[in-house]
Amino acid sequence: MTRIMRLLTAALLLGLSAAACADQLLMIRSSLPFPEAMLALQNAITTRGYKVTRVQNVDQGLSKTGYQTDNYKVVFYGKPEEVAQLAARHPELIPYLPLNVAIFAERNSTLLVTSRPGILAGFFPDPELSATFARWEHDLNEIVNEVQETR
Amino acid sequence: MLFLISGLYDAQGKPQLPGLGYNFRMVKIVIFLLLSLAAATQAQAAPDGAKLYARNCAVCHGENGDGGLGIPLSLPSFQAAVSNDYLRKTIRLGRPGRVMPPSSLPDAEIEGIVRFIRSWGNGAAPLFPPRHVKGDAAHGKQLYSEHCAACHGVNGEGGKGTGVTFSRPRDLPIMAPALNNTGFLASASDSMIRENLKRGREGTPMVSFLNKGLKEKDLDDIVSFVRSFEQTPKPSSPAPAETEQAVLMVDSPYDLATTIENVKRAASSSNFIFIREQPLNFGLVPEGREDPRQHIIYFCSFSMLNQALITDPRVGLFLPCRITVVEQDGKVKMMAVNPKRLGRIFNNSELDAMCAEMTRRYLAIMEEAAL
Repeated sequence: MTRIMRLLTAALLLGLSAAACADQLLMIRSSLPFPEAMLALQNAITTRGYKVTRVQNVDQGLSKTGYQTDNYKVVFYGKPEEVAQLAARHPELIPYLPLNVAIFAERNSTLLVTSRPGILAGFFPDPELSATFARWEHDLNEIVNEVQETR
Repeated sequence: MLFLISGLYDAQGKPQLPGLGYNFRMVKIVIFLLLSLAAATQAQAAPDGAKLYARNCAVCHGENGDGGLGIPLSLPSFQAAVSNDYLRKTIRLGRPGRVMPPSSLPDAEIEGIVRFIRSWGNGAAPLFPPRHVKGDAAHGKQLYSEHCAACHGVNGEGGKGTGVTFSRPRDLPIMAPALNNTGFLASASDSMIRENLKRGREGTPMVSFLNKGLKEKDLDDIVSFVRSFEQTPKPSSPAPAETEQAVLMVDSPYDLATTIENVKRAASSSNFIFIREQPLNFGLVPEGREDPRQHIIYFCSFSMLNQALITDPRVGLFLPCRITVVEQDGKVKMMAVNPKRLGRIFNNSELDAMCAEMTRRYLAIMEEAAL
Protein backbone atom coordinates (compact mmCIF):
# COMPACT_ATOMS: atom_id res chain seq x y z
CA MET A 1 0.00 0.00 0.00
CA THR A 2 1.36 3.40 -0.90
CA ARG A 3 2.09 6.04 1.68
CA ILE A 4 -0.74 8.20 0.37
CA MET A 5 -3.23 5.35 0.70
CA ARG A 6 -2.08 4.74 4.27
CA LEU A 7 -2.45 8.41 5.13
CA LEU A 8 -5.91 8.51 3.58
CA THR A 9 -7.00 5.41 5.49
CA ALA A 10 -5.59 6.87 8.72
CA ALA A 11 -7.41 10.15 8.11
CA LEU A 12 -10.65 8.27 7.45
CA LEU A 13 -10.30 6.19 10.61
CA LEU A 14 -9.41 9.22 12.70
CA GLY A 15 -12.40 11.05 11.29
CA LEU A 16 -14.67 8.12 12.02
CA SER A 17 -13.38 7.68 15.55
CA ALA A 18 -13.81 11.37 16.29
CA ALA A 19 -17.27 11.60 14.76
CA ALA A 20 -18.63 8.44 16.30
CA CYS A 21 -17.65 9.05 19.90
CA ALA A 22 -20.88 7.52 21.18
CA ASP A 23 -20.60 4.65 18.79
CA GLN A 24 -17.22 3.22 19.69
CA LEU A 25 -18.71 0.04 21.05
CA LEU A 26 -19.88 -2.57 18.62
CA MET A 27 -22.90 -4.29 20.11
CA ILE A 28 -25.42 -6.68 18.65
CA ARG A 29 -28.24 -8.75 20.02
CA SER A 30 -28.68 -12.26 18.68
CA SER A 31 -32.01 -13.99 19.02
CA LEU A 32 -30.12 -17.27 19.42
CA PRO A 33 -29.80 -18.81 22.86
CA PHE A 34 -26.31 -18.54 24.32
CA PRO A 35 -24.81 -21.92 23.23
CA GLU A 36 -25.92 -21.46 19.61
CA ALA A 37 -24.76 -17.84 19.53
CA MET A 38 -21.38 -18.89 20.93
CA LEU A 39 -21.04 -21.49 18.19
CA ALA A 40 -22.08 -18.98 15.52
CA LEU A 41 -19.52 -16.47 16.82
CA GLN A 42 -16.66 -18.96 16.73
CA ASN A 43 -17.66 -20.12 13.25
CA ALA A 44 -17.84 -16.53 12.00
CA ILE A 45 -14.37 -15.83 13.43
CA THR A 46 -12.70 -18.88 11.97
CA THR A 47 -14.28 -18.59 8.52
CA ARG A 48 -12.57 -15.20 8.21
CA GLY A 49 -9.14 -16.69 8.72
CA TYR A 50 -8.76 -15.96 12.43
CA LYS A 51 -7.99 -18.50 15.10
CA VAL A 52 -9.86 -18.62 18.38
CA THR A 53 -7.04 -18.69 20.90
CA ARG A 54 -9.01 -19.07 24.08
CA VAL A 55 -12.42 -18.68 25.70
CA GLN A 56 -12.39 -17.04 29.10
CA ASN A 57 -15.17 -18.41 31.29
CA VAL A 58 -15.99 -15.32 33.30
CA ASP A 59 -19.23 -16.92 34.51
CA GLN A 60 -17.45 -19.97 35.94
CA GLY A 61 -15.00 -17.86 37.93
CA LEU A 62 -17.86 -15.80 39.35
CA SER A 63 -19.97 -18.86 40.20
CA LYS A 64 -17.05 -20.60 41.94
CA THR A 65 -16.53 -17.55 44.12
CA GLY A 66 -20.20 -17.39 45.11
CA TYR A 67 -21.61 -14.80 42.70
CA GLN A 68 -24.71 -15.48 40.61
CA THR A 69 -24.45 -14.89 36.91
CA ASP A 70 -25.82 -16.08 33.62
CA ASN A 71 -23.49 -17.26 30.83
CA TYR A 72 -20.65 -14.77 30.30
CA LYS A 73 -17.54 -15.55 28.23
CA VAL A 74 -14.84 -13.62 26.43
CA VAL A 75 -13.61 -15.02 23.12
CA PHE A 76 -10.04 -14.17 22.11
CA TYR A 77 -8.95 -14.47 18.49
CA GLY A 78 -6.18 -13.46 16.12
CA LYS A 79 -4.02 -14.38 13.16
CA PRO A 80 -0.65 -15.94 14.10
CA GLU A 81 1.58 -14.04 11.69
CA GLU A 82 -0.23 -10.76 12.15
CA VAL A 83 0.04 -10.91 15.95
CA ALA A 84 3.74 -11.81 15.70
CA GLN A 85 4.50 -8.96 13.29
CA LEU A 86 2.52 -6.36 15.19
CA ALA A 87 4.06 -7.38 18.53
CA ALA A 88 7.54 -7.06 17.03
CA ARG A 89 7.04 -3.79 15.15
CA HIS A 90 4.51 -2.11 17.46
CA PRO A 91 4.96 -3.50 20.97
CA GLU A 92 2.72 -0.72 22.33
CA LEU A 93 -0.21 -2.64 20.78
CA ILE A 94 0.51 -5.81 22.76
CA PRO A 95 -1.96 -5.09 25.61
CA TYR A 96 -4.74 -4.97 22.98
CA LEU A 97 -3.78 -8.33 21.46
CA PRO A 98 -5.27 -10.79 20.70
CA LEU A 99 -8.62 -9.20 19.83
CA ASN A 100 -11.66 -10.14 21.88
CA VAL A 101 -15.44 -10.23 21.93
CA ALA A 102 -17.50 -10.46 25.11
CA ILE A 103 -20.59 -12.64 24.79
CA PHE A 104 -23.26 -12.99 27.43
CA ALA A 105 -26.78 -14.29 27.86
CA GLU A 106 -29.77 -12.08 28.47
CA ARG A 107 -32.76 -14.31 29.05
CA ASN A 108 -33.37 -16.15 25.76
CA SER A 109 -31.13 -13.95 23.63
CA THR A 110 -27.43 -13.24 23.57
CA LEU A 111 -25.46 -10.02 23.46
CA LEU A 112 -22.09 -9.51 21.81
CA VAL A 113 -19.95 -6.53 22.77
CA THR A 114 -16.56 -5.35 21.67
CA SER A 115 -14.77 -2.11 21.03
CA ARG A 116 -14.58 -0.96 17.44
CA PRO A 117 -11.05 -1.52 16.15
CA GLY A 118 -11.35 1.93 14.61
CA ILE A 119 -10.85 3.49 18.05
CA LEU A 120 -7.32 2.09 18.05
CA ALA A 121 -6.53 4.54 15.26
CA GLY A 122 -7.11 7.31 17.78
CA PHE A 123 -4.95 5.56 20.36
CA PHE A 124 -2.13 4.67 17.95
CA PRO A 125 -2.10 7.23 15.13
CA ASP A 126 0.67 5.53 13.18
CA PRO A 127 -0.25 5.51 9.46
CA GLU A 128 1.44 2.11 9.15
CA LEU A 129 -1.25 0.62 11.40
CA SER A 130 -4.27 2.22 9.81
CA ALA A 131 -4.81 -0.43 7.15
CA THR A 132 -4.73 -3.15 9.81
CA PHE A 133 -7.30 -1.36 11.97
CA ALA A 134 -9.53 -0.79 8.95
CA ARG A 135 -9.40 -4.47 8.05
CA TRP A 136 -10.17 -5.53 11.63
CA GLU A 137 -13.13 -3.16 11.66
CA HIS A 138 -14.42 -4.61 8.40
CA ASP A 139 -13.93 -8.21 9.54
CA LEU A 140 -15.46 -7.61 12.94
CA ASN A 141 -18.52 -6.00 11.41
CA GLU A 142 -18.94 -9.04 9.20
CA ILE A 143 -18.46 -11.38 12.15
CA VAL A 144 -21.08 -9.78 14.39
CA ASN A 145 -23.49 -9.29 11.49
CA GLU A 146 -23.21 -12.97 10.65
CA VAL A 147 -24.02 -13.92 14.24
CA GLN A 148 -26.97 -11.53 14.25
CA GLU A 149 -28.34 -12.98 11.03
CA THR A 150 -27.88 -16.62 12.05
CA ARG A 151 -31.25 -18.17 12.88
CA MET B 1 -61.86 14.98 -8.42
CA LEU B 2 -64.45 12.31 -7.65
CA PHE B 3 -67.06 15.08 -7.68
CA LEU B 4 -65.97 16.14 -11.15
CA ILE B 5 -66.09 12.61 -12.39
CA SER B 6 -69.48 11.93 -10.84
CA GLY B 7 -70.88 15.10 -12.48
CA LEU B 8 -70.49 13.49 -15.88
CA TYR B 9 -72.92 10.68 -15.01
CA ASP B 10 -76.70 10.80 -14.76
CA ALA B 11 -78.74 9.90 -11.68
CA GLN B 12 -78.71 6.21 -12.64
CA GLY B 13 -74.98 6.22 -12.94
CA LYS B 14 -74.99 6.07 -16.74
CA PRO B 15 -72.58 8.30 -18.69
CA GLN B 16 -74.14 11.52 -20.03
CA LEU B 17 -71.90 11.61 -23.10
CA PRO B 18 -71.57 8.78 -25.64
CA GLY B 19 -68.37 6.77 -25.23
CA LEU B 20 -67.73 8.31 -21.89
CA GLY B 21 -68.22 5.04 -19.98
CA TYR B 22 -65.11 3.37 -21.30
CA ASN B 23 -62.99 6.54 -21.13
CA PHE B 24 -63.97 7.30 -17.58
CA ARG B 25 -63.41 3.80 -16.43
CA MET B 26 -59.89 4.23 -17.76
CA VAL B 27 -59.57 7.61 -16.04
CA LYS B 28 -60.67 6.08 -12.75
CA ILE B 29 -58.15 3.27 -13.13
CA VAL B 30 -55.37 5.73 -13.93
CA ILE B 31 -56.31 7.92 -10.96
CA PHE B 32 -56.41 4.88 -8.71
CA LEU B 33 -52.97 3.82 -9.94
CA LEU B 34 -51.58 7.33 -9.48
CA LEU B 35 -52.95 7.55 -5.95
CA SER B 36 -51.55 4.10 -5.14
CA LEU B 37 -48.21 5.11 -6.55
CA ALA B 38 -48.20 8.30 -4.49
CA ALA B 39 -49.04 6.35 -1.35
CA ALA B 40 -46.33 3.81 -2.10
CA THR B 41 -43.79 6.56 -2.74
CA GLN B 42 -44.74 8.24 0.50
CA ALA B 43 -44.44 4.97 2.39
CA GLN B 44 -41.07 4.38 0.81
CA ALA B 45 -39.89 7.87 1.75
CA ALA B 46 -41.03 7.51 5.36
CA PRO B 47 -38.24 5.98 7.43
CA ASP B 48 -38.84 2.40 8.47
CA GLY B 49 -39.09 2.76 12.25
CA ALA B 50 -38.91 -1.00 12.85
CA LYS B 51 -35.64 -1.31 10.95
CA LEU B 52 -34.20 1.78 12.59
CA TYR B 53 -35.20 0.52 16.01
CA ALA B 54 -33.65 -2.90 15.29
CA ARG B 55 -30.41 -1.26 14.19
CA ASN B 56 -30.11 1.39 16.88
CA CYS B 57 -32.13 0.42 19.93
CA ALA B 58 -32.91 -3.31 20.09
CA VAL B 59 -29.51 -4.34 21.38
CA CYS B 60 -30.19 -2.58 24.68
CA HIS B 61 -33.99 -2.29 24.84
CA GLY B 62 -34.80 -5.72 23.38
CA GLU B 63 -36.28 -6.63 20.02
CA ASN B 64 -39.78 -6.37 21.44
CA GLY B 65 -39.06 -3.52 23.80
CA ASP B 66 -38.96 -5.79 26.83
CA GLY B 67 -35.76 -4.23 28.11
CA GLY B 68 -32.26 -5.36 28.97
CA LEU B 69 -29.39 -2.95 29.30
CA GLY B 70 -32.03 -0.35 28.53
CA ILE B 71 -35.43 0.11 30.12
CA PRO B 72 -38.48 -1.87 28.86
CA LEU B 73 -40.11 0.51 26.39
CA SER B 74 -43.12 -1.72 25.74
CA LEU B 75 -44.16 -1.74 29.40
CA PRO B 76 -47.77 -0.42 29.36
CA SER B 77 -47.13 1.91 32.28
CA PHE B 78 -44.10 3.37 30.47
CA GLN B 79 -46.15 3.90 27.32
CA ALA B 80 -48.83 5.64 29.36
CA ALA B 81 -46.35 7.82 31.22
CA VAL B 82 -44.24 9.48 28.54
CA SER B 83 -45.02 11.77 25.65
CA ASN B 84 -43.68 11.47 22.13
CA ASP B 85 -41.78 14.67 22.72
CA TYR B 86 -40.03 13.02 25.66
CA LEU B 87 -39.08 10.04 23.48
CA ARG B 88 -37.79 12.30 20.67
CA LYS B 89 -35.65 14.38 22.99
CA THR B 90 -34.38 11.33 24.84
CA ILE B 91 -33.23 9.71 21.61
CA ARG B 92 -31.62 12.94 20.42
CA LEU B 93 -29.88 13.87 23.69
CA GLY B 94 -29.30 10.47 25.27
CA ARG B 95 -28.35 10.36 28.93
CA PRO B 96 -24.84 11.71 29.38
CA GLY B 97 -22.86 9.33 31.57
CA ARG B 98 -25.76 6.84 31.82
CA VAL B 99 -25.10 4.38 28.96
CA MET B 100 -27.77 5.77 26.55
CA PRO B 101 -25.80 7.65 23.87
CA PRO B 102 -26.99 10.76 22.04
CA SER B 103 -28.17 10.19 18.49
CA SER B 104 -27.24 12.08 15.35
CA LEU B 105 -30.01 10.46 13.30
CA PRO B 106 -32.10 12.85 11.15
CA ASP B 107 -35.34 14.06 12.74
CA ALA B 108 -37.44 11.98 10.33
CA GLU B 109 -35.67 8.78 11.40
CA ILE B 110 -36.09 9.58 15.08
CA GLU B 111 -39.76 10.16 14.36
CA GLY B 112 -39.88 6.73 12.70
CA ILE B 113 -38.41 5.12 15.81
CA VAL B 114 -40.89 6.94 18.05
CA ARG B 115 -43.77 5.72 15.88
CA PHE B 116 -42.46 2.17 16.11
CA ILE B 117 -42.07 2.36 19.90
CA ARG B 118 -45.65 3.64 20.06
CA SER B 119 -46.87 0.59 18.15
CA TRP B 120 -46.50 -1.35 21.42
CA GLY B 121 -48.94 0.96 23.19
CA ASN B 122 -52.67 0.48 23.43
CA GLY B 123 -53.88 4.03 23.02
CA ALA B 124 -52.80 7.43 21.86
CA ALA B 125 -49.56 8.85 23.22
CA PRO B 126 -50.17 11.01 26.28
CA LEU B 127 -49.79 14.74 25.88
CA PHE B 128 -48.55 16.91 28.70
CA PRO B 129 -49.12 20.67 28.61
CA PRO B 130 -45.81 22.51 28.55
CA ARG B 131 -46.75 24.51 31.64
CA HIS B 132 -44.23 25.36 34.31
CA VAL B 133 -45.14 23.87 37.68
CA LYS B 134 -44.64 26.32 40.54
CA GLY B 135 -44.08 24.71 43.90
CA ASP B 136 -42.08 25.05 47.08
CA ALA B 137 -38.74 23.43 46.21
CA ALA B 138 -37.58 23.48 49.84
CA HIS B 139 -40.62 21.48 50.91
CA GLY B 140 -40.18 19.33 47.81
CA LYS B 141 -36.65 18.51 48.90
CA GLN B 142 -37.93 17.24 52.22
CA LEU B 143 -40.59 15.10 50.53
CA TYR B 144 -38.08 13.88 47.97
CA SER B 145 -35.67 12.66 50.63
CA GLU B 146 -38.53 10.83 52.37
CA HIS B 147 -40.19 9.27 49.34
CA CYS B 148 -37.85 9.30 46.34
CA ALA B 149 -34.21 9.30 47.41
CA ALA B 150 -34.08 5.59 48.27
CA CYS B 151 -34.49 4.69 44.59
CA HIS B 152 -33.52 7.85 42.69
CA GLY B 153 -30.56 8.78 44.91
CA VAL B 154 -30.13 11.64 47.37
CA ASN B 155 -29.03 14.01 44.61
CA GLY B 156 -31.18 12.50 41.86
CA GLU B 157 -28.26 10.46 40.58
CA GLY B 158 -30.51 7.47 39.88
CA GLY B 159 -30.25 3.78 40.55
CA LYS B 160 -27.03 1.89 40.05
CA GLY B 161 -26.38 -0.29 37.03
CA THR B 162 -28.22 -0.49 33.76
CA GLY B 163 -31.96 -0.50 32.85
CA VAL B 164 -32.84 -4.02 33.80
CA THR B 165 -30.39 -6.85 34.08
CA PHE B 166 -31.45 -10.38 33.37
CA SER B 167 -27.98 -11.86 33.53
CA ARG B 168 -27.41 -11.30 37.24
CA PRO B 169 -29.39 -10.54 40.38
CA ARG B 170 -30.08 -6.97 41.48
CA ASP B 171 -31.99 -5.10 44.16
CA LEU B 172 -34.63 -3.52 41.92
CA PRO B 173 -36.30 -5.01 38.84
CA ILE B 174 -35.62 -1.79 36.95
CA MET B 175 -33.10 0.99 37.35
CA ALA B 176 -34.58 4.20 38.73
CA PRO B 177 -33.79 7.02 36.27
CA ALA B 178 -31.26 9.69 37.15
CA LEU B 179 -33.48 12.72 37.68
CA ASN B 180 -30.51 15.08 37.78
CA ASN B 181 -29.30 13.96 34.35
CA THR B 182 -29.20 16.81 31.86
CA GLY B 183 -30.72 14.55 29.19
CA PHE B 184 -33.67 13.68 31.43
CA LEU B 185 -34.27 17.25 32.56
CA ALA B 186 -34.25 18.51 28.98
CA SER B 187 -36.65 15.75 27.85
CA ALA B 188 -39.23 15.62 30.65
CA SER B 189 -41.66 18.49 31.08
CA ASP B 190 -42.83 19.56 34.54
CA SER B 191 -46.31 18.27 33.85
CA MET B 192 -44.99 14.90 32.72
CA ILE B 193 -42.96 14.49 35.92
CA ARG B 194 -46.00 15.55 37.95
CA GLU B 195 -48.28 13.07 36.20
CA ASN B 196 -45.80 10.28 36.88
CA LEU B 197 -45.75 11.18 40.57
CA LYS B 198 -49.53 11.19 40.56
CA ARG B 199 -50.10 7.91 38.76
CA GLY B 200 -46.94 5.94 39.47
CA ARG B 201 -45.78 3.27 37.07
CA GLU B 202 -47.33 -0.13 37.34
CA GLY B 203 -44.83 -2.97 37.09
CA THR B 204 -42.08 -0.89 38.71
CA PRO B 205 -41.40 0.11 42.32
CA MET B 206 -42.75 3.60 41.46
CA VAL B 207 -46.19 3.90 43.06
CA SER B 208 -48.75 6.70 43.00
CA PHE B 209 -47.76 9.37 45.48
CA LEU B 210 -51.36 10.31 46.04
CA ASN B 211 -51.94 6.75 47.22
CA LYS B 212 -49.04 7.26 49.61
CA GLY B 213 -50.94 10.10 51.22
CA LEU B 214 -49.36 13.10 49.49
CA LYS B 215 -51.49 16.05 48.37
CA GLU B 216 -51.67 17.63 44.91
CA LYS B 217 -49.67 20.60 46.21
CA ASP B 218 -46.95 18.23 47.47
CA LEU B 219 -46.52 16.93 43.94
CA ASP B 220 -45.88 20.48 42.70
CA ASP B 221 -43.27 20.89 45.41
CA ILE B 222 -41.44 17.71 44.42
CA VAL B 223 -41.50 18.72 40.75
CA SER B 224 -39.99 22.10 41.66
CA PHE B 225 -37.26 20.37 43.63
CA VAL B 226 -36.49 17.95 40.76
CA ARG B 227 -36.36 20.91 38.36
CA SER B 228 -33.88 22.61 40.69
CA PHE B 229 -31.33 19.92 39.77
CA GLU B 230 -30.79 21.98 36.64
CA GLN B 231 -29.02 24.55 38.78
CA THR B 232 -27.00 22.00 40.75
CA PRO B 233 -23.54 21.14 39.47
CA LYS B 234 -23.13 17.39 39.03
CA PRO B 235 -20.60 15.69 41.32
CA SER B 236 -19.33 13.48 38.53
CA SER B 237 -15.84 12.15 38.06
CA PRO B 238 -13.81 14.29 35.67
CA ALA B 239 -13.76 12.94 32.13
CA PRO B 240 -10.34 11.56 31.29
CA ALA B 241 -8.42 13.92 29.07
CA GLU B 242 -7.96 12.98 25.43
CA THR B 243 -4.26 12.99 26.21
CA GLU B 244 -4.63 10.07 28.62
CA GLN B 245 -2.39 7.31 27.29
CA ALA B 246 -4.04 4.19 25.88
CA VAL B 247 -1.34 1.96 27.36
CA LEU B 248 0.13 1.87 30.85
CA MET B 249 3.82 1.00 30.67
CA VAL B 250 6.45 0.59 33.38
CA ASP B 251 10.10 -0.42 32.84
CA SER B 252 11.40 -3.29 34.92
CA PRO B 253 14.99 -3.38 36.21
CA TYR B 254 14.75 -7.19 36.41
CA ASP B 255 15.00 -9.95 33.85
CA LEU B 256 11.88 -11.43 32.23
CA ALA B 257 11.41 -14.40 34.58
CA THR B 258 11.92 -12.31 37.72
CA THR B 259 9.56 -9.62 36.48
CA ILE B 260 6.84 -12.21 35.77
CA GLU B 261 7.13 -13.56 39.31
CA ASN B 262 7.16 -10.03 40.72
CA VAL B 263 3.95 -9.14 38.87
CA LYS B 264 2.22 -12.27 40.18
CA ARG B 265 3.32 -11.49 43.71
CA ALA B 266 2.34 -7.81 43.48
CA ALA B 267 -1.10 -8.68 42.06
CA SER B 268 -1.65 -11.16 44.86
CA SER B 269 -0.66 -8.63 47.52
CA SER B 270 -3.13 -6.22 45.92
CA ASN B 271 -5.94 -8.74 46.61
CA PHE B 272 -6.16 -10.15 43.11
CA ILE B 273 -6.34 -13.89 42.49
CA PHE B 274 -3.81 -15.21 40.00
CA ILE B 275 -5.69 -16.97 37.17
CA ARG B 276 -3.14 -18.07 34.61
CA GLU B 277 -0.08 -17.07 32.64
CA GLN B 278 0.58 -17.70 28.98
CA PRO B 279 2.65 -16.45 26.06
CA LEU B 280 0.99 -13.76 23.96
CA ASN B 281 0.70 -16.10 20.99
CA PHE B 282 -0.70 -19.00 23.00
CA GLY B 283 -3.27 -20.82 20.87
CA LEU B 284 -2.03 -19.15 17.72
CA VAL B 285 1.05 -21.30 17.15
CA PRO B 286 1.66 -24.98 17.93
CA GLU B 287 2.40 -25.74 21.56
CA GLY B 288 6.09 -25.37 22.36
CA ARG B 289 6.66 -22.79 19.62
CA GLU B 290 5.25 -19.78 21.47
CA ASP B 291 7.37 -16.68 21.96
CA PRO B 292 8.47 -16.70 25.63
CA ARG B 293 9.48 -13.02 25.51
CA GLN B 294 5.87 -11.81 25.48
CA HIS B 295 4.13 -13.18 28.51
CA ILE B 296 0.62 -12.46 29.78
CA ILE B 297 -0.33 -12.72 33.45
CA TYR B 298 -4.08 -12.89 34.10
CA PHE B 299 -5.55 -12.15 37.51
CA CYS B 300 -8.91 -11.19 38.95
CA SER B 301 -10.70 -9.68 41.91
CA PHE B 302 -14.06 -11.40 41.68
CA SER B 303 -15.78 -8.97 44.01
CA MET B 304 -14.58 -6.09 41.83
CA LEU B 305 -15.55 -7.99 38.70
CA ASN B 306 -19.03 -8.69 40.03
CA GLN B 307 -19.44 -5.03 40.91
CA ALA B 308 -18.23 -3.96 37.47
CA LEU B 309 -20.68 -6.30 35.72
CA ILE B 310 -23.56 -5.03 37.84
CA THR B 311 -22.55 -1.49 36.97
CA ASP B 312 -22.27 -2.27 33.28
CA PRO B 313 -22.46 -5.80 31.82
CA ARG B 314 -20.59 -4.63 28.72
CA VAL B 315 -17.20 -4.43 30.40
CA GLY B 316 -16.12 -7.81 29.03
CA LEU B 317 -13.44 -6.29 26.84
CA PHE B 318 -11.45 -5.51 30.00
CA LEU B 319 -11.61 -9.10 31.17
CA PRO B 320 -9.80 -10.68 32.77
CA CYS B 321 -7.34 -8.23 34.34
CA ARG B 322 -4.04 -8.61 32.62
CA ILE B 323 -0.47 -7.36 32.63
CA THR B 324 1.88 -8.36 29.82
CA VAL B 325 5.61 -8.59 30.43
CA VAL B 326 7.67 -8.02 27.31
CA GLU B 327 11.37 -8.38 26.67
CA GLN B 328 12.66 -6.46 23.68
CA ASP B 329 16.23 -5.51 22.85
CA GLY B 330 17.37 -6.69 26.28
CA LYS B 331 14.89 -4.45 28.11
CA VAL B 332 11.92 -5.68 30.10
CA LYS B 333 8.66 -3.72 30.23
CA MET B 334 5.29 -4.29 31.89
CA MET B 335 2.21 -3.20 29.95
CA ALA B 336 -1.54 -3.00 30.41
CA VAL B 337 -4.46 -1.31 28.72
CA ASN B 338 -5.41 1.93 30.41
CA PRO B 339 -8.99 1.36 31.68
CA LYS B 340 -9.38 5.09 32.34
CA ARG B 341 -8.85 5.79 28.64
CA LEU B 342 -10.76 2.81 27.28
CA GLY B 343 -13.64 3.26 29.73
CA ARG B 344 -14.76 6.45 27.98
CA ILE B 345 -16.39 4.48 25.21
CA PHE B 346 -19.09 3.17 27.59
CA ASN B 347 -20.75 6.55 28.39
CA ASN B 348 -21.15 5.42 31.98
CA SER B 349 -19.82 7.78 34.64
CA GLU B 350 -20.33 5.15 37.33
CA LEU B 351 -18.04 2.87 35.36
CA ASP B 352 -15.57 5.73 34.76
CA ALA B 353 -14.90 5.86 38.50
CA MET B 354 -14.21 2.10 38.57
CA CYS B 355 -11.94 2.38 35.52
CA ALA B 356 -9.95 5.15 37.17
CA GLU B 357 -9.53 2.91 40.22
CA MET B 358 -8.43 0.02 38.00
CA THR B 359 -5.84 2.23 36.31
CA ARG B 360 -4.49 3.18 39.73
CA ARG B 361 -4.27 -0.48 40.74
CA TYR B 362 -2.57 -1.58 37.51
CA LEU B 363 0.07 1.09 38.01
CA ALA B 364 0.50 0.16 41.67
CA ILE B 365 1.06 -3.51 40.76
CA MET B 366 3.57 -2.70 38.03
CA GLU B 367 5.43 -0.21 40.20
CA GLU B 368 5.62 -2.69 43.07
CA ALA B 369 6.89 -5.34 40.66
CA ALA B 370 9.63 -2.96 39.55
CA LEU B 371 10.80 -2.13 43.07
